[in-house]
Amino acid sequence: MNKKMPILTGRNITVRFGEGCPYCMTHTELEKGRCPFCHTIWAVRDVSFNLYPGEILGIVGESGSGKSTLLKTLYFDVPATAGDVRLTLYHEGKDNILHCSTQNQRYLRNHLMGMVYQNPMLGLRMDLSSGANIAEKLIAAGNRNAGQMMKRCQGLLQHVEIPVERMKDAPKVFSGGMQQRVQISKAIANNPPILFLDEVTTGLDLSVQAKVLDLIRTIQQELGIAMMIVSHDLAVIRMMSDRTMVMLGGRVVEEGLTDQILEDPLHEYTQTLVSSLL
Amino acid sequence: MGYVAVTGGQEAIEASIELLKEYRAKGCQELDIQVVRDRMALLIDRIMSEAGLYAPDYAALALKQCEGSPEEAVFLLRAYRSTLQRNYVSKTVSGEDMHIRRRISSAFKDIPGGQMLGATYDYVHRLLDFSLKNEKEEELEAWRDSFVQSHAQNEYVTLSDTAPRVLDLLRAEGLLEDVEEDTSEPCDVTMEKLPLPAPRSAILQTLTRADTGFVSGLAYSDIRGFGMSHPTIGELRYGKLSIEVVYPLDEEESWYVGDICVTEVEGLMGERPDKSGIGVGYGCVFGRNDTKAIAMAVLDHALTLDIDSPTSDMEFVLLHGDCLEMNGFISHLKLPHYVTFQSKLDSLRHRKKEGNWK
Amino acid sequence: MNQRVGEVQSTDYNFAFLDEGSKREIRRSVLKAVAIPGYQVPFGSRELPIGRGWGTGGIQLTMSLIGPKDVLKVIDQGNDDSVNAVSIKKLICATTGVETTTDTAEADIIQSRHRIPEEPLREDQVLVLQVPNPEPLRGVSPHEEVTRQLHGDAEYTGIWVNLFEQLLKKGTPFRGAAHPVMANHRYIMSPSPIPRYDNPKRNQAKCLYLLGAGREKKIYAVPPYTDVESLAFEDYPFRREDMSGRKCRICGAENVYFDEIYDAEKGEHYYQCSDTGYCQKRRRQQEEQGEEKHE
Repeated sequence: MNKKMPILTGRNITVRFGEGCPYCMTHTELEKGRCPFCHTIWAVRDVSFNLYPGEILGIVGESGSGKSTLLKTLYFDVPATAGDVRLTLYHEGKDNILHCSTQNQRYLRNHLMGMVYQNPMLGLRMDLSSGANIAEKLIAAGNRNAGQMMKRCQGLLQHVEIPVERMKDAPKVFSGGMQQRVQISKAIANNPPILFLDEVTTGLDLSVQAKVLDLIRTIQQELGIAMMIVSHDLAVIRMMSDRTMVMLGGRVVEEGLTDQILEDPLHEYTQTLVSSLL
Repeated sequence: MGYVAVTGGQEAIEASIELLKEYRAKGCQELDIQVVRDRMALLIDRIMSEAGLYAPDYAALALKQCEGSPEEAVFLLRAYRSTLQRNYVSKTVSGEDMHIRRRISSAFKDIPGGQMLGATYDYVHRLLDFSLKNEKEEELEAWRDSFVQSHAQNEYVTLSDTAPRVLDLLRAEGLLEDVEEDTSEPCDVTMEKLPLPAPRSAILQTLTRADTGFVSGLAYSDIRGFGMSHPTIGELRYGKLSIEVVYPLDEEESWYVGDICVTEVEGLMGERPDKSGIGVGYGCVFGRNDTKAIAMAVLDHALTLDIDSPTSDMEFVLLHGDCLEMNGFISHLKLPHYVTFQSKLDSLRHRKKEGNWK
Repeated sequence: MNQRVGEVQSTDYNFAFLDEGSKREIRRSVLKAVAIPGYQVPFGSRELPIGRGWGTGGIQLTMSLIGPKDVLKVIDQGNDDSVNAVSIKKLICATTGVETTTDTAEADIIQSRHRIPEEPLREDQVLVLQVPNPEPLRGVSPHEEVTRQLHGDAEYTGIWVNLFEQLLKKGTPFRGAAHPVMANHRYIMSPSPIPRYDNPKRNQAKCLYLLGAGREKKIYAVPPYTDVESLAFEDYPFRREDMSGRKCRICGAENVYFDEIYDAEKGEHYYQCSDTGYCQKRRRQQEEQGEEKHE
């Protein structure tokens, strides 16, 4: 694959909750993305990006900056108000995937994307066995061979260092770190070229955090998956991502190579972020 | 004998029906339908409400026929009702036109038109009255005559001209939640499958016909903490409503076809987190049944909330309270399931044989 | 072997109990159901003198279709003389005066609960099945709004995941009766709680299958000559209940679905045909043959 061609491109993605009014339609810099007059929330506003094959793109920002909403929009969990998203592997990037049918969106989710949520309850059925949770992704992609799926589940669990004999156990009896590892193995079950990770280590102990991030790194290197990682924690972003976007009030205020942003932050908000890290 | 189907079904059923008659014919006294209708009035009200058929005489007949089982009596009325042709649709009635016999508010001490306690068991001490064991009908009759004379002036009072609804006061002050008026044609849950999500007309119809115990139990769970209602009864009124149908040849004219008695409740349910003004729940049931009407109002409001409680789950509330459906499905478990159970056994034995057993 | 069950034709009610408007409405729903095999058509289920959950969906279908000259067979668990079959037959006969039969081949309409008769049905016959839970995806979501959307999108991952879970935990994806089927490669449907033994009878069948759920207010259908496939993983082929090595103690039949009888005194299991009409017919034929031989 051509390294220079992005695998996923987003242009002017906007997610708005509310009708908007003449004021907020024309004023883009709103405190917390919220219009003081009509109370419309501009969760994501005019966000554009390119994601290249095999790279890790970090998205950092405070809580409520719209970074999680952006990921959920790309994964079709939250409908976009406006915008254009193309996937090179889908109709050679000729269609805006935000407009395709629910069936096609399901196809994309099951074959070309994976998602790991901050809250494992969003990604896993807590009282179903881990094996069936992972198999769900395989079944959704059309696999009807039970033996093959069992093997694949075993392989994936091994990959994320969960003992194979725990396959019959439900995630609800697992620790937070293990639950995230089950989510990760489910998300990569179909070898998707793109993986979204939404605050996957938030709420985990520091040592567990490090292990999970390590695992993600390894998977990324082994499988060459392009990843978008959302975190409020600049330390996570520094450790993981090649390039970084900084979001504030629904907008991208700064983007560039992660090192560059850390060394020489231009936007006032980024400067505060970086100084708090150091 | 093991699991095999009972044969001789025909004979068994006939013998069973004979036995039922034996149960029903027990004792010594003929049960007059009028007595059931007049002296078991609250039971009649409940039956009519759950059956969705206002017919006190038929309800009494049904109760006599089924040894006083509310579940069976409702069933009889429903089955009868479904064979009746619907000739007219009545004109809309409004609680404001009610000839009131009871009217209370727990929100305000003083309401325009005044509170009227009417007949209620609320303040009766529930002590078994052993004197009723030997009550004489002649004495009762004498008592009735004197009662009628002394209360001659205290018959129905029409308050609709002078007394606005309690909630109208709050509405005028702008303290109630804004609600958009719904002028769409009401749906008819007796003629079509409940549409989902259900429009309000379908919700109210389903709740008013629902099993009294089910509605009360659910509302109780909601108030107790599984929901988030903190109701205050704005107004509860009971009385007569006149039913009229439009004269087919002249739409300006209408015919009076009779009265029905209903209990109507407007409950003040508290404010929503994201909206200003007090939310209102509405309940209206056939006959005298304060509890069911209040419970209905609680559920009517709970169903509009977007929270994670059983009472806000529309399908949970609306699909499990129909007297016929719930009792029919539970009692169908008595039917033979030999074939399906045999299939289950096969699966268990197969697993044992294959060593998939632990 | 025709017999009249209802002695009197009640004049208090319309022919076949329901009014003609209701019957027409139900037939319209049937037409839609036939046009979209396996799709659950909602209908305004009427209240009947028989309990909801006791076959009211099937009864409404039969009532809406039956004519005065039709011959009716009603079975429950394969049995013509089971109490509920008798009760249903009694109601239909009392309001129609139609003839009934226990012989599958003689019937125009067969109403059944939990079984498909052993004798293959013909193109001119209708099998009406009573369904308690018409929604095969109820185990995926208790909410009708959700399952309706899943059917619309043909999104059946959930039901396969449940089968996989069953396989993982219990070693087999086949749990018992009512094993879901795929109708005409489009809609997953509940076959009604028939044993898996009867599932294959529906594939490319000659007769029309109508399924009615009165309490849940749904009608669905499998028209003749339709592909109906039982859900199964590629490497765990569909398995029927194992009836091998069993023999009917009355008629000697093998390879049918059996009732199991336990004789407590002797501590032994016996088997006899679950389809009593089929069993009787075999016995009659055996007797006739016996007589012929005798002569």
